[in-house]
Amino acid sequence: MIPERIKALLLPITILAILEIWARAVHLQSDSLAPPSAIAAALVEAFQDGSMLTATRDTLISAFAGLSIGGAVGLAFGIALGIFHIFDRLMEVTIEAIRPIPSIALLPIALIALGFGYRMEIVIVAFACVWPILILTRAAVGGIEPRLMEVSRALRLSPTDRVRKIIIPAALPRIFLAFRLAAGIALIVAVTVEIAINPIGLGAAIMTAQQALRPDLMLAYLFWIGLIGYFLNTGLMVAQRHLFGRAALVGDSA
Amino acid sequence: MNRSVLYWRAASFAVAAGFVALWQLIADQRLVSPVFLPGPDRAWASLVRGFASGDLLDKLLGTLEHMAYGWFVASIAGIALGAMIGSSRTMRSYVAPSLEFLRPLPVSAVIPVAIAMFGLTQSMALFVIAFGAIWPMLLATIHGFAAVEPRLYEVARSLHMSRLAIIFKIALPSASPDILAGMRLSVTVALILSVVCEILAGLDGLGHWVLLSARSFRSADLFAGVILLGVIGYLTALAMSMVERRLLKWRSSGH
Repeated sequence: MIPERIKALLLPITILAILEIWARAVHLQSDSLAPPSAIAAALVEAFQDGSMLTATRDTLISAFAGLSIGGAVGLAFGIALGIFHIFDRLMEVTIEAIRPIPSIALLPIALIALGFGYRMEIVIVAFACVWPILILTRAAVGGIEPRLMEVSRALRLSPTDRVRKIIIPAALPRIFLAFRLAAGIALIVAVTVEIAINPIGLGAAIMTAQQALRPDLMLAYLFWIGLIGYFLNTGLMVAQRHLFGRAALVGDSA
Repeated sequence: MNRSVLYWRAASFAVAAGFVALWQLIADQRLVSPVFLPGPDRAWASLVRGFASGDLLDKLLGTLEHMAYGWFVASIAGIALGAMIGSSRTMRSYVAPSLEFLRPLPVSAVIPVAIAMFGLTQSMALFVIAFGAIWPMLLATIHGFAAVEPRLYEVARSLHMSRLAIIFKIALPSASPDILAGMRLSVTVALILSVVCEILAGLDGLGHWVLLSARSFRSADLFAGVILLGVIGYLTALAMSMVERRLLKWRSSGH
């Protein structure tokens, strides 16, 4: 029996080896493909001259700033809508009317209002992050064991204490799940905005590499972006399991 | 009960109307420069004008076309590949980890690669949209096939069903909830990527329309385009959930 771990690695390694051999055999001259060895060299080079790190920093700053702002707004509204059913029912049409707007459609509006740079990107990322957090928080708060709320009423907790001591701890595992999903969305939206229009960060760097006819550098950026996405997702998943144990898995099916 | 639902719905619409009125007030008082924020009246007028001249309809159809082609290709390829990988344990253990690694990749990052391969063309958009929309369906199909009740496979084996028959009669129906959920997710992905591709490649569609409107500071046209994109997003999600409920009726009817 071959161990599972090796089975998992076999396919990517085979593909890389075939690409490498084929590229050398035909002396590949292409605008879109490069042998893996050249991609690795370009990756190292981009790290050494610092361009990779600057681009990564710009993208991550925008993604996380947008995530924090959008997350805070989504969390606040999600808790409010989860607690006050009247508020929830009254806001239903408004929310359902705004939510389906694709975040990227706001790009031109953000562009004329804010110009290029961090701010417009952060606004778009924030808009995209509000919805998953709002919806999941609302569901999490709405799903809190009613007896907990009765307890808080019996204890005459003030509204702030009720949110801080009962609601947030009880809904936290599912709120964390919402943040994990939103973090992935934040990275996707940030890179997309950069590719489409904003001249900063990894998205802009990969576009520049393409326009400079450097397929090796372009694919190196692609690989690096994939790696960031992968580690962000795995890291948060490990954190989720570590912090909440089995309780965290309950929310995944929701 | 039904009546109170209706009342709440009406109240909810009234609140939404209140927000539109507030928007109108802000625009009328010029609290925000009309260059950035047209009132709802101007956005509406622009919508009416755009549809009357046929311009906006063309763009709308363009975007829908990009979405539909990409999504269609992705659905067929995603379900077929997913069925192939999901129905064999060996394939699963060799291929699935690589797919899991690729899943969190921001799909838009393949756009430059697609541009290098196809140029700024329709094929580029088709490739990008299909590539982006395939993931939810592919992974959902694999997951759905892997989660089929093992006894159903035993039954199939004792009935000497062919592999094709097993896929069509047992695995696909049993995986259909997962697959439909994946298809619903990928409609949204397809819409977003259509807009991005139109912006980048100047393809005929709403993405191009909103970008051009922004460049020439025609904010009413810009908002009209954004509103239409929201309508597409809403209606496609609604249609998908209706199809889902329809097709999955047999599940709730119990055993």
